[in-house]
Amino acid sequence: MTNFLEQTFNGLVSGSFLALLALGLAVIFGLLRVVNFAHGAIYMLGAFGAYVLADELGLSFWAALIAVPLGLAVVGVVLERAFIHRLTRLDPLYNFLLTFGLTLILQDLVKARYGVQSSPYAVPSALSGSVDLGLFEFPAYRVFVLAMSVAICVGVWALLTRTRIGMVVRAATERPELTRAFGIDVGRWITPVFGFGVALAGLAGVLAAPMRAVHPLMGADLIIVVFAVVVIGGLGSIFGSVAVGFVIGVLQVWAEAYAPESWRALIAQTLPFLLMAVVLLWRPAGLFGREETA
Amino acid sequence: MTTDVLPEVGRPARARAKRFARPALLAAGLIVAVWLPNGIYTGLAVDLLCWALFAVSVDLLLGYAGLLSFGHAAYWGSSAYATGLLAVHLGLPFPLAVLGGALTAALIAIPVGFLAVKRVGIYFAMVTLAFAQMIYFIANEWRSVTGGENGMQSVPRTLGSADLSDNYYFYYAALPIVLGGLWLAWRIVHSPFGRVLVAIRDNPARARALGYPVHRYKLAAFVLSAFVAGLGGGLFALAHQFVSLDTLHWTTSGKAVIMVVLGGIGTLWGALFGSSFVVVLEDSLSQADFASPGLLTGGIFVLAVLLFRRGLWGSVAAFFRRR
Repeated sequence: MTNFLEQTFNGLVSGSFLALLALGLAVIFGLLRVVNFAHGAIYMLGAFGAYVLADELGLSFWAALIAVPLGLAVVGVVLERAFIHRLTRLDPLYNFLLTFGLTLILQDLVKARYGVQSSPYAVPSALSGSVDLGLFEFPAYRVFVLAMSVAICVGVWALLTRTRIGMVVRAATERPELTRAFGIDVGRWITPVFGFGVALAGLAGVLAAPMRAVHPLMGADLIIVVFAVVVIGGLGSIFGSVAVGFVIGVLQVWAEAYAPESWRALIAQTLPFLLMAVVLLWRPAGLFGREETA
Repeated sequence: MTTDVLPEVGRPARARAKRFARPALLAAGLIVAVWLPNGIYTGLAVDLLCWALFAVSVDLLLGYAGLLSFGHAAYWGSSAYATGLLAVHLGLPFPLAVLGGALTAALIAIPVGFLAVKRVGIYFAMVTLAFAQMIYFIANEWRSVTGGENGMQSVPRTLGSADLSDNYYFYYAALPIVLGGLWLAWRIVHSPFGRVLVAIRDNPARARALGYPVHRYKLAAFVLSAFVAGLGGGLFALAHQFVSLDTLHWTTSGKAVIMVVLGGIGTLWGALFGSSFVVVLEDSLSQADFASPGLLTGGIFVLAVLLFRRGLWGSVAAFFRRR
């Protein structure tokens, strides 16, 4: 039982990354109708940002946790203004392709500078111990990751539902033309929202740096799992994307812990895609999504 | 939302120009295809053939059915593995091995396509990508059959008593299969079936109202496209006598999409040009020991998407249409 709870906790931590990435992807998609393929590469840049700040400037994890997402938000704003903006009037596939091309460029740039081996990043000393959670001891850093991501997801939810900015963004997401007709300038929110979504991916990357291997391709395979997550949740639904992110994280860790020995890796890796197949059969629009037109 | 802006295809050019242009192009293409291994090194020539089929298969879906498959490596790669297995374990003559590989790819495409066509647009791209990743993971874990990360080594290519160990002869042995695959693609596009696909792409609601089973048409196109991709993938496995896990990776799917967009979406000639351009580019980059090919192909691709959406062939065709 204790072991089960511990594994579930591990799953929630691993789901934290999926949830944060899916959240950013869903926020961006909501307003821009852009599926940002580069989201995984941005996550990787977040981790490398933390590594570079520590390695070259000696900045702490805590400084990176603030500086890297802010820096990447600026990168996101520049990308949106310079590239994505030019294609938003066209078929959304073009921006998907564009961000795919950007992914290749970003990955190769980092690979050329830092090679393909993983760069080490230490757990911050304040969080290096473990926390007594009553039934079991759990690494303090993992507790922190989970708490951070839950706080951010709740914060974004509050921002969207409790503030005027959130109201405008939600209105523009659901009925862009009607919102414009009410005299609200939807366009001015597009760039900040893109920057915000990118910053979330960057933040996930910083959080991942002490826990996972910092590697140029660390976001490449993860982003495809995130795609499965948002298809399951329904890309239009921010709640669905986040919830499914956590659920998939838990299910994957359970599979790794309890599936028959020789099948573990296979089941854990293919599980998000099998779930996606089931959801496509049963509710093609996703668990929390609405049927898209056409 | 803004409407579909993928380039138009099938617009009838002026009839007289068409009557001469088509056969002339075809003849020129055939001459180049027959001459090719005498002009460039033979390994590259064989690669050009394989990737041409792959790019055409992706364009068949993207250009004519409006479906962006971002997971076509699943069919290219699974056919490569199946072809390899058939050649290694059963010692089949290579055309049969390739056929078996392509049929395997088509078989895998049936359930994937069935699920994927339930979604359109960007979702279709994500769903195909996700399923392809699943197949990649399966191949990676199924080491007893696929060799996992080591890949499948020393795949033989046999045809009776003919000696095909030299790529020069293998090129000419493979050429009929490639031309057959291209002819199949051309036939699909210019058949009533192909016209219905274009109609579905342009206005799915109207096609449905006219009584066409839209999902079934898309699924058929998906499976046929996987078959064509499989022909290319099987030949690729034999050309290198080696199957690597890379053949199933999403970057391979992405490469095929890059080829189609660079060449010009919705023109089979464009897919041929785009694939040749990318293969030759990557080959010369690796000859020059350039360590970051993704930087250049990614950069060219980004520029093409931003500024040059008709692609190489599409721009040429548009130029001649305007005159």
